[in-house]
Amino acid sequence: MSSGHDADIQNHIKIYMMVFASLAVLTIVTVAASYLELSSGEAIFLALVIASVKGSLVACFFMHLISEKAFITWVLMLTAVFFFILMFVPLAAYIDQAKIG
Amino acid sequence: MEIPYTVDERPDTGVYNAKLGVWLFLASEVMLFGGLFSAYVFLRLGAPVGAFHEWGQELNVPLATLNTMILISSSMTMVMSWVSLKMNDFKKYKLYMALTLICALCFLVIKYLEYSAKIDHHIYPSTNTFYAIYFTLTGLHGLHIIGGMIVLFYLWGPGSKMWNSKPEQFTNRIEIVGLYWHFVDLVWIFLFPILYLL
Repeated sequence: MSSGHDADIQNHIKIYMMVFASLAVLTIVTVAASYLELSSGEAIFLALVIASVKGSLVACFFMHLISEKAFITWVLMLTAVFFFILMFVPLAAYIDQAKIG
Repeated sequence: MEIPYTVDERPDTGVYNAKLGVWLFLASEVMLFGGLFSAYVFLRLGAPVGAFHEWGQELNVPLATLNTMILISSSMTMVMSWVSLKMNDFKKYKLYMALTLICALCFLVIKYLEYSAKIDHHIYPSTNTFYAIYFTLTGLHGLHIIGGMIVLFYLWGPGSKMWNSKPEQFTNRIEIVGLYWHFVDLVWIFLFPILYLL
C-alpha cells in the first residue's frame, strides 16, 4: 500500500473522530437546550436545527455523501422533495377543517 | 456466471450495483419513516395544546441520552471497521465490528428497560396518542436495529470468510451495511428530540 494512500486514510480517520466528537457535543447541547425557558415554537425550531446539523454530519461524512456520485445525490434530492410533501400533508387536514368550520 | 459490477463502478450510474441498491432501499426507508413522522405531526397538532409535551414527561431523558451516545459510538465503530479493511487490517475489522454489535445490544437492553418501566406504570400504546406514536416509532426503529444486528453478526462471523477470496467485494459489503447502519442512527437523531425533549 502506498504511503499516500495511508496518509489519505489517516486524514479520513481524523475527520471521523471530529464528526463523532461534534455529534456527542451536539447531543449534550440539544438536551441542555430543552431546559431553557423557550416558547414551544422556539424549542421545536432549535431542536430540529440541531438534529438537522447532526443528521447532515452523519450523512455527509459517515455515509460519504459529500464525495458521492451525482446520480446518488439526485436520487436523494428527489426523495427529500417527497419527504417534505409528506410532512405538509397533515396541514391539508387543517385547511379542510377551516373550510368546513 | 460472474455477477457484474460488484466491485467496478457501472459506467452509467458511477457506482457499483449494490451501493445503488442500498441507496434506493434507504430512499424507500425515508418514506416509511416519513409517513410516521407525518403521523406524529398530525397527532401533535390534533392533541390539546401542550398535551404532547406533558404526556412525554414520563419518558426517561437520561437513558435516552445514553442510548443516543451509544448509537453515535456504534456509527463511529462501524465506519472504523470499513476503514480497517481499507487498510488491510482484518483483525481490527473484527474488533470494530464486534464493538458495533456490543453497542447495538446495549441500545436494545436500554430500550427494553425503558419499555418495561412504561408497562410497569401501565403506560401502553393505547394510553394516549403520544404513546401510540412513541411505541410505533421506537418499535419500528428497534426492529431496524435487530435486522441490522443479524446482518452485522453474519458479516462479523461466517460471512467474513469472503475476505480471503474476494477482499474488495467484502469491503464493499461492509461499506453498504454501514450506510444502512448510519441511516438507523440518523433516524434516531430525529426521534430523540421529538419524542423525549419537545
